Amino acid sequence: MATNPDKYKRVAYYPGCALEGTGHAYNRSTKVVGKALGLDLVEVKNWNCCGAMEVKNIDPKIQTYLSSRVMSIAANEMGFDTVMAPCNGCYHNLKKAEYDLTNDAKSAEVVDRLSKKAGHETYQAGQVETIHALDWIKDSIGEEGLRERVQNSLKGLKIANYYGCMYTRPRHIFPEKDQGPGSESTSKPHFMDDLLAAAGAENVDFPLKTACCGGAHTLSDSDTSTKLVLNILNAAEASGAEVIATECPTCHSGLEMHQIRAEKRLGRKTSVKIVYFTQLIGLALGLSPRQVGLHENISDSIGFMKSKGIA
Amino acid sequence: MPIHEQSLIRPENLKTHDELVMDGVDVSGHWSTFIESRVVTDYNEAMQDEIAALPGGEHIHRCWQCGSCTNSCTVNAINPDFNPRYWIYLARMGMESELLRDKDIIWQCVSCNKCTYACPRDVVPEGVMKAMSHWLELKGHTPMSPSMHFDEVFADQVIERGKIEESRVMQRFFKRTGQPLFQDWFVEMVKQMLRHLPVGMLARMGLASVLAPSTSGWSRARDAIREYADEQHGKHRRALGLDNLIETAKQDAGAPARS
Repeated sequence: MATNPDKYKRVAYYPGCALEGTGHAYNRSTKVVGKALGLDLVEVKNWNCCGAMEVKNIDPKIQTYLSSRVMSIAANEMGFDTVMAPCNGCYHNLKKAEYDLTNDAKSAEVVDRLSKKAGHETYQAGQVETIHALDWIKDSIGEEGLRERVQNSLKGLKIANYYGCMYTRPRHIFPEKDQGPGSESTSKPHFMDDLLAAAGAENVDFPLKTACCGGAHTLSDSDTSTKLVLNILNAAEASGAEVIATECPTCHSGLEMHQIRAEKRLGRKTSVKIVYFTQLIGLALGLSPRQVGLHENISDSIGFMKSKGIA
Repeated sequence: MPIHEQSLIRPENLKTHDELVMDGVDVSGHWSTFIESRVVTDYNEAMQDEIAALPGGEHIHRCWQCGSCTNSCTVNAINPDFNPRYWIYLARMGMESELLRDKDIIWQCVSCNKCTYACPRDVVPEGVMKAMSHWLELKGHTPMSPSMHFDEVFADQVIERGKIEESRVMQRFFKRTGQPLFQDWFVEMVKQMLRHLPVGMLARMGLASVLAPSTSGWSRARDAIREYADEQHGKHRRALGLDNLIETAKQDAGAPARS
């Protein structure tokens, strides 16, 4: 159900570093889907990295500052009240900064000090609402709206929806979740399921929706990440899924990389395809595989989509 | 203090005898396993405060040892020795030498935040794991972990330029940790990527890795962040008494030798 049909029609878009590199297919598909749905994305001017997990590990308050700068530009220099971040890491960090600035005076003090020295307005908690690409489509178009626009149903496509860690945990930074009917759940998220079902797909009962892919150590402790990813891939296949739908560039490239690594190092081959949910929605809206960037994925799903009559 | 899934009894201290007669009674066998006692004398009474002084460790004192963190832990599921609850217990008790037995795996926390989600006391165990890893490194108990190398390479680039470029981070990380870039899986990944020849994407990535993206007008933010980071670093070292040690050592070295 579209709860906010007008509010998200035009939002500030924060792609983040990954979407300019390995996650480019996500960037491309998000933009074309927005266009096809009549939603305007205005990129945050001269944005910086949100700090990701790595800066948070060095010092959480520096990460809070980095994220706050992005929100400050969107609010104070561009006049937006909503920032849409498709990357789970960026989304998580902006939400976390919002929480810290609201609840921790020390964080607010550090952010104010750094903002003044850096020469821009200090972000004040509450100036913008940060949303994920899922909220963006779900709240502005909704399942009904999406169903009406489907030109190329994903009928017969069996999908495991994989949300990862950063979209739901820890719960205190997502005050709008777990608010009863219509809201997202932190224990059993369903927004991606809802949208893909509206696009005609068959969602399998996938138990590892919010399991961890080991993205934090994808390179620094690759063996652990490979084991964690293999668990996810195996569980998806055991659930009958042909495709894992992703909503995070780190999860997506982690699944792709460790699918290969599991085969090379552990001799465990899996054939489930890894596709961004925006790519799947794009295909359902009648966009071509190239338009949604399927050729930019490492996991090759073009032939499979063709065999399913989807691409 | 309940110890649920981890015993303070070390396996090597469990003594079972195949043939043992005491006071004329045969006590051989498993049923009469003895525990060799040991005495812990090297408590670090400041340990909890030291970890609480590092980012992420602030709320360690709230823990009431329910074990929700370990129960929900992603890494514990693949390595039972990875036990946040137990480590928080040791840190709070000041049992430094016990914690050091696990010093080489504590950095392996994947930050999935399942523990922080489950914790009824808002201890933020994920943060405590990071604080403990920093503590081990600052104290010189462990060399810098691969994870810390990665964090540094990544953070340096963000602070320097405002943005990161993934292939540069990857190259620098592999170089710093002495790994070859062209590992079997990496070669395969590149091969698969080239299959559909995403020309635009490759050109963009190639260009980015040469030019390195940056946020314009970033220098003031960079200087402000660096100044703050240095300040914090000094604060953390003082909280762990590290600079005092160096001062004392310097004074000792400079003092005239006692005859």
